[in-house]
Amino acid sequence: MGFLFEDGNFALFRDGFLQTIELSALSALLALLLGTLLAAFRVSPVPVLRAFGTGWVTIFRNTPLTVLFFAVTFGLPPLGVHFSHLVFAVLALGSYTAAFVCEVLRSGINTVPIGQAEAARSLGLTFGQTLTQVVLPQAARTVLAPMSSVFIALPRNSAIAGAFSVSELYSAQQTFSERGYSIFAIFFWVACAYLVISATVALLFRFLESRLAVAR
Amino acid sequence: MSTSLDQDSRADAAPLVVLRNVNKHFGALHVLQDIDLEIKQGEVVVLIGPSGSGKSTLCRTINRLETVDSGTITIDGRPLPAEGRELARLRAEVGMVFQSFNLFAHKTVLENVVLGQVKVRGIAKDRAVRTAQELLERVGVGAQASKYPAQLSGGQQQRVAIARALAMNPKVMLFDEPTSALDPEMINEVLEVMRQLAADGMTMVVVTHEMGFARSAANRVLFMADGRIVEQNTPEAFFTAPRSERAKDFLSKILHH
Repeated sequence: MGFLFEDGNFALFRDGFLQTIELSALSALLALLLGTLLAAFRVSPVPVLRAFGTGWVTIFRNTPLTVLFFAVTFGLPPLGVHFSHLVFAVLALGSYTAAFVCEVLRSGINTVPIGQAEAARSLGLTFGQTLTQVVLPQAARTVLAPMSSVFIALPRNSAIAGAFSVSELYSAQQTFSERGYSIFAIFFWVACAYLVISATVALLFRFLESRLAVAR
Repeated sequence: MSTSLDQDSRADAAPLVVLRNVNKHFGALHVLQDIDLEIKQGEVVVLIGPSGSGKSTLCRTINRLETVDSGTITIDGRPLPAEGRELARLRAEVGMVFQSFNLFAHKTVLENVVLGQVKVRGIAKDRAVRTAQELLERVGVGAQASKYPAQLSGGQQQRVAIARALAMNPKVMLFDEPTSALDPEMINEVLEVMRQLAADGMTMVVVTHEMGFARSAANRVLFMADGRIVEQNTPEAFFTAPRSERAKDFLSKILHH
């Protein structure tokens, strides 16, 4: 267990940890924005938008994340799109998670009584205003529990980025393994780090649930 | 309430809401059949009839919460446009009060009354808050402003819903069975607010089973059955001498039990 504090190993571990947090936070932000937009598309009265939302969810939710990383990292550069490895990873992970965020939000939208939207429209709010001011805020509050599962899965999914040249936590594990340290000790520390991140996300959501519950 | 002078000046004005030959189906059910209706400025029209007669649907077509299959609906001379920004603007002119209140559950009472003013009318927040406070006082729930809807009684919620609709300064108010979901002891506090509104000259379309309200506040009673307006008259004439068999039957059922 002590290897972590020898030979500058801790710096590598810490940098990997911070990179995982950065990757996860940026992906979460992208997933949240894109997922909300996709959910809005899926309930919109415009058929083209609905089809786009459905298509996105079908493709990104049903494709293995590793394949998505491949597609983004090796598919985009030939098309003239060049970003850092981190940005590619954020795009892959964010787009993938957005599909799940969309579906969770959509289930929440379906729990908001139709009368809420009718009242909003009767006041003269537009479709977009009805969604952003009345329906989505209530939908989001009801789906905090399943949403926390999505955002706890995200940092753990981010480990795949390690195989695509992002020096995050899981790639630190690979380096330690190559240096010949005990596999058990390495995985113990890596697991602890992921646990810290997941537990923090879970706590954050529990706090939000206690603050934002909607009484009916 | 309304003097004969009012009636005369009303008759001169162009009607505020006009329905012409409106038809609507729910699948095989012909829920609105050849509806022709004109509502004048300041008029209080009460819609009564057995359940399933189409009265709620008729009420909801006036701000296009229900679309119609054929016929035209105009408000203040403007035909109801298709779904979109223009319809949203027109809806702001038509207040709606629902059976189930439909207050925004995640917003406080005050925020409920402020939202439309700010987002639809573009009124500055502080002015909207002042207007909201005044309206809440007027309907008797000023002390509840910072509470959430679920913390209020049904009667209080419905009065907030009326204040929310009034905040848009509407030309006409639609009430879709506003007291049907209320405990009996709360019905009067809502009807009292509506009576006051009627006395202040608001144009109102009210779907209700409250015959007392129809008698005391309505200028005209429409009796609907099977998707048609079967009979219309002043409340006095309608309740004392209904002409159609359907209306006689309906009244005998609700008035003598």
